[in-house]
Amino acid sequence: MNLTLKIWRQKSAKDKGKIVDYTMSDVSPDMSFLEMLDVLNQELIDKGEEPIAFDHDCREGICGMCSMFVNGQAHGPDRAITVCQLHMRSFKDGDTIYIEPWRAKAFPVIKDLIVDRSSFDRIQHAGGFISVNTSGNTQDANAIPINKHDADAAFDAATCIGCGACVASCKNSSAMLFVSAKVSQFALLPQGQVEATDRVMNMVKQMDAEGFGNCTNTGACEVECPKGISLENIARMNREYLKASFKG
Amino acid sequence: MSGILNSSIGRKFAMALSALFLMVFILQHFAINILSVFSPDTFNEASHFMGTFWAVQFILQPVLIFGVIFHFVMGFVLEIQNNRARQVSYAKSNGAANSSWMSRNMIWSGGFILVFIVIHMIDFWVHEMNVKYVAGDMSGLINPADPTSGFRYYEELVVKFVPIWRVALYCVGFIFLALHLLHGFGSAFQSIGANNKYTKALKGVSNVYSIGIPAGFIFIALYHHFAH
Ligand code: SF4
Ligand code: FES
Repeated sequence: MNLTLKIWRQKSAKDKGKIVDYTMSDVSPDMSFLEMLDVLNQELIDKGEEPIAFDHDCREGICGMCSMFVNGQAHGPDRAITVCQLHMRSFKDGDTIYIEPWRAKAFPVIKDLIVDRSSFDRIQHAGGFISVNTSGNTQDANAIPINKHDADAAFDAATCIGCGACVASCKNSSAMLFVSAKVSQFALLPQGQVEATDRVMNMVKQMDAEGFGNCTNTGACEVECPKGISLENIARMNREYLKASFKG
Repeated sequence: MSGILNSSIGRKFAMALSALFLMVFILQHFAINILSVFSPDTFNEASHFMGTFWAVQFILQPVLIFGVIFHFVMGFVLEIQNNRARQVSYAKSNGAANSSWMSRNMIWSGGFILVFIVIHMIDFWVHEMNVKYVAGDMSGLINPADPTSGFRYYEELVVKFVPIWRVALYCVGFIFLALHLLHGFGSAFQSIGANNKYTKALKGVSNVYSIGIPAGFIFIALYHHFAH
């Protein structure tokens, strides 16, 4: 199939950047989206042009690196997948496809389609952990009885891969879904209780300091999240936060 | 108070509490207005009570005014902050793929509701304040000198709905209210942390409230326009 690609090109963080048009012919519907970009990059290299910089690593939907806004949606038109899992059969011959980086003040563009997501790391550092005693007689986690429902919900929250599609999709560039997943995975388990108050307060404080927007419950994040992280996590984080605020 | 408003979740919580309060207010406002269709006398009694009972006038009314102003100011502040959180916008963005039109346009539905409220206040509230607190007439009578003249509230309501332009404006205002509520009702519960096994049932209540109440207000406006 033949395609027209409108791709965001930006030399560096300081460069203004613009959309550049590329045409591709003979794209196989069996290619993955990233393979299609690999082919385009090879063509650019052969012509002596600068290839398009884009993030990727695992190419199997685990690492969350492939951050691309494809045709107006995070990770493209399909549901519950990352861009590396998107295939060209989702498009038609003659299609025009927009490819842009995540847009958020807290995710500045480094080059072309690559954004800096270290704001997520700083939120994690602010409280997304538990302190484990490593004296040699640490209790086996499996020895602590945990309600099956809570264990499942904590596991679901823990599947967040930190891709940032939630922020990219949100009209307010809010990071609530990501932060709520990271708060929830501990809030639901006994191991998370000791630091529960500090965790939610510090993580939310860091989230706000990074310049993410306010959540208005549009629900776009939940729909676009490749891991199906639920809005229930945001409600849980709100409860945790209010509880922690009143504790002081 | 200002402490909690410094955090994104605090602002969200405050926005939800003011919204829940305003939704209770709208419900009682509707309950009294609908009386004007079925029983003008009861409507007059209720209006007189609400307009003269001290606790309503000097406690609930100031709280309501504060709630309304807070909800609007906060809504605009949030909109500005949220716009700043994305400085370069997408060349192509398909919001309809993942969220409702209502949820993405609360600022517009809210803005039109604000215009409506200003007109509504000029229509009824400013007049009430003038009669009661400037002219000092607390009687609520059509002719204060004549105790047999009856209450004025029903008459005043009917007169307001004679011009078709005002009826049309009110109808548009209520359509925007419905759009605002269709997202806002459930959103307020999510914001206070209530997302649980009752959320599905709540969605049903939300739809009944968000469409039923504005439709009821529209019915009242049309009824008085065509009945008199
Ligand atoms: S919540 Fe979902 S969309 Fe957001 S970072 Fe985690 S996996 Fe990605
Ligand atoms: S490259 Fe790892 S999720 Fe796409």
